[in-house]
Order: sequence, then C-alpha cells, then structure tokens
Amino acid sequence: MKMAVFKRQKSIIPGFGLTMGITVAMLSLIILIPLASVLAYSFKLSPSEFVELITRPYVLQAFKTSILCSLIAALINCVFGVILAWILVRYNFPGKRLMDGMIELPFALPTAVAGITLTKMYSNTGFIGRALEKIGIKAAYSKMGIIIAMVFIGIPFVVRAIQPVLEKLPSTCEDAAYMLGASRFVTFRKVIFPEIRPALLTGFGLALARGIGEYGSVIYISGNSQKNGTQVVSYIIMQKLNSGSVDYEGAAAIALILLIISFVMLFIINILQHIASKRTNS
Amino acid sequence: MEKHDSKIAKWVLIGISVLFFIVMLVMPLIEVIYRSLKDGLELYMSAITAENTLSAIRVTLIATVIALIVNTFFGVVASWLITKFEFRGANVLSTLIDIPFSISPVIAGLAFIMTFGRTGWATPFVDKINEWLGTDISFVFSVPGVVLATIFVTFPFISREIIPVLTAQGRDEEVAASIMGASGFTTFRKITFPHIKWALLYGMILCTARSFGEFGAVYAVSKARGSTFTLPLEIDALYMSGSADSITQSFAVSSILVVMALVILVIRSVVEYIGKKES
Repeated sequence: MKMAVFKRQKSIIPGFGLTMGITVAMLSLIILIPLASVLAYSFKLSPSEFVELITRPYVLQAFKTSILCSLIAALINCVFGVILAWILVRYNFPGKRLMDGMIELPFALPTAVAGITLTKMYSNTGFIGRALEKIGIKAAYSKMGIIIAMVFIGIPFVVRAIQPVLEKLPSTCEDAAYMLGASRFVTFRKVIFPEIRPALLTGFGLALARGIGEYGSVIYISGNSQKNGTQVVSYIIMQKLNSGSVDYEGAAAIALILLIISFVMLFIINILQHIASKRTNS
Repeated sequence: MEKHDSKIAKWVLIGISVLFFIVMLVMPLIEVIYRSLKDGLELYMSAITAENTLSAIRVTLIATVIALIVNTFFGVVASWLITKFEFRGANVLSTLIDIPFSISPVIAGLAFIMTFGRTGWATPFVDKINEWLGTDISFVFSVPGVVLATIFVTFPFISREIIPVLTAQGRDEEVAASIMGASGFTTFRKITFPHIKWALLYGMILCTARSFGEFGAVYAVSKARGSTFTLPLEIDALYMSGSADSITQSFAVSSILVVMALVILVIRSVVEYIGKKES
C-alpha cells in the first residue's frame, strides 16, 4: 500500500524510465497544469463568493438546460444507435457500406459547420423547419434545437460502442431463443440486450459527456436566449471570457462544476468499460 | 432470414435507419453545398479566396500539422508505456490522458487563459523568458495559443486507438526481442510498429479531423480575425455578421471543411478495410 504510485515490477523490455518521463511531462504540461490553473483560480474565491457565482439564476438555468438536453439527446441516440448498429451488423442491404462510413460524419465535420447548417435547416426558412412550423413546432432557437444538435454529435459514440459487441454475438443465440418459443421482443430483451448493455452504457456516457460540454454545434441553433432558457453552460463560460464582459472568477467557478460533472462521468464510463471488456474477452 | 416476420422486422428497422441517416447526416451536407452556391459561383469563389479565409486556412494547417506530430509522438510513447510495463497507476495514467475526451473544449480554452493570460500565473515566467531571449511569444490570443488548444483537445486520440491493439497483442514478442539483445527502439520498430500501424494511422486521421474542426477551445484563445483565426472561427465571424451575403460566404468557407471531412471519412474507411483484410 505504501509503495510509490508509478512503481513498476521488473521488466526486461527497455524504455520504462524514458517513456514514463515523456508521458508524465507532456501530460502535465499540456493537460494537468492548465486544468490545475482553473482549480487554483476558483479556489481563490471564498466559499460564499463561489456559491453566489454558481447559484445565480441564469447559471442554474444553463446547467439545467445542458444536463436535461444532453440526457434526452443521449437517450434518443441510444434508441437509434442500437437500431443502426443492429442493421449494420446483422443485415445486408444496398448502401450499407456508405452508411457505415458516414456514421462518423459528426466526428469529421467541424462543429461550427454542423451548427450553422442545422440552424438553417431547422429555422423557419429552412426545409425541415418550415414543415415543422406548419404543424406548430418551433425547432430552431429552442430546447428542441439544442437536442437536435446533440443528437447529431452524439450518434457515432453509441453506434461505434455497440457494433463490436454485436459482431461478437453469434446470431445462433437469437435463433435458439426464437426456436425455443421466445417472441422477437423477448429475445431482444432477454438475450441481446444483456449482452450489449455495458457497451450501450458506455456509448450513452460518452454521448452525454460530449453533449453537456458541447459548444460549437449548439450555440447557433439554441439562440442563446436567457428568457427561453436556451443558454448552455459552455456558452455562459465563453461569454465571461469575451472582452467587454470579462469575468474570470465566474468562468472558473462554473467551469469547476462542469469539470466535476465530467470527471464523475469519466469515472463511471471507465468502470463500465472495464466491465464491458471483461465480458467480451471472456 | 427464412422467417417471414423477421423479414418485415428487417425492412422496418432498415427503413427507420435510412430515414434517420438521411435526415440527420445526408441532408446537412446537401444543405451546406446548396447554401454556399445559391448566390452564384462568383460569390463562392470570392469567399474562399478572401484574405481572411486564406489566413484562416494557413493557421488551421499549422495547428493541425503540429497537433498531429506532437500527439502522434505522445500517443505512441504513452501506449508503449501503458501496455508494455506493469506498474501501479497505469489505470490512473490512462484515465488522465483521456480527460480531454470528456471535458468541454471551452474549459480547455479557459485553462490556457488562466495559465498564460494577462492574470495567469505563468505569464511572469513567459515574460521573463521572452525578455531573456528577446522574443515576443504569447500562448494566448496568438497562433501558439491556437496550436496549444488544438493539441489539448486531440491529446488522447492516438493513444486511445493504439492501446487496445497493444493490449490484445501482449508482451511476449517484445520480451523475446529484448532478451535476444535488441535495443528498445529496434524492438519498437521491428516488433511493435507492424502491429499498430493501422491503429496509428486511424488515430492520426481522427486527430486530423478534430484538429481542423476544433471550435470552442480555439475560440477562447483566438481573437484576431485575419491573423489567428482558424477556418471554423472565420465561418463563425462571417455567419455572425448576419448579412445575407456573409451568411452565404460562411457556408462557402464551410464547404471547404465539408470536403475535407468527406475526404477524411473515405480515407478512414479505406484504412479500416485494408487493416481488417491484413489482420
């Protein structure tokens, strides 16, 4: 228990000291020290100042919007992610390879491009926005717009998490369950779902984490209205960095809360991945 | 698929997927191209050859290339460390490396401002070094700042792709090579590298895509249009200026990134295909 943290057991492979030195140095310089600055900055505030900064109504509103929208988006992504992964693994149909390749478009397409494009599509002058308006739904510049953007950026996380697990799951399992008299739905619930659950949770967690911190794709379609509650947390932080209204203390305090939320999620994702890898390797 | 009802289920599921796929992924692409060209080719060409756009292309390329080099180096070193040696804290280390995946890019920008900004604690040191060297390097609101922010957000991309491959491969081959007297570098080059080359390439592709598209982190540390703006920032500036022409121009500049994104996806699919075939 009292051993040094990075102590190694004997190994014949050379390069431990060198690679450890480089890894820790770069990790500290690029990630840890800058992040520690945010912590240091927010710890300069007294507890009462800190609480006052993060409990302002518009800040709480932004946290509510970010968390709620990313939760809904991640859930939507789980439904479509499972269906997409399922058909990409189990079925053959024309255009399958194209679809498989394009699933990762949200990773490759810059978020700002996605943001302005989705905004124009779903605003009342856009193709989908106009149709939705006819049935009384205002998509852009509302919470629904934020959810649409988060569904867009989150979908590849879920699909890519589930695909490998489904590939390893032989279809004979389903056939056996089906022949033994289970209905399709029962087969899915009792046979397939337990297998993909850890991977699904991982994908859900990654999509959720991405959604909560998302900036580029969300800020155009949200409209950033305090009155409509469509400001997200990252927008609030960015506003506080802009010249004219610089408020580093406020930004650091909000960022700290967001960091804590992210770390808790990272922790949970890692545990889930650990469980998932145990399951698929056994 | 000999069962009748499973055929119905199959086509219903495919139908849902295709609909989702077209609405969420295909239509936005068409929208960008349509909006960028709707006011004619002349406006399109003037937008993508504007001075600000060219400057943004330059900064984007600089940031992407440097981020790619730094992260490739780091990714390979870190994954070698984490998979080839048994040590306490390996899990903690790999979790720390993954931090940028799950934190808001805006926080990355904020972190650099609080380190190197006017009130940042590292600023006096940087000033002293600048004085001493006679230089004027700044890590915020400058190209080096943009580069740093880009490196931050893409930091885990390469190690994340390599680590699973190396974990699956195990250590026996490297141990054997070392016992026979191969140096660390030779062992890496001859034994490890052939295993990871596709994963490495795959990680580098993802790193490139994220680098040229990063917005939030870079936006926080880049304020000068025409000198430190990247392409996504230029798109934002054009879009936010609000006139019909400038919005069309912002979609024109976006179309450059759309083409790059599609190229990335094609290369990615090819790499994945060849990699799978080989293994």
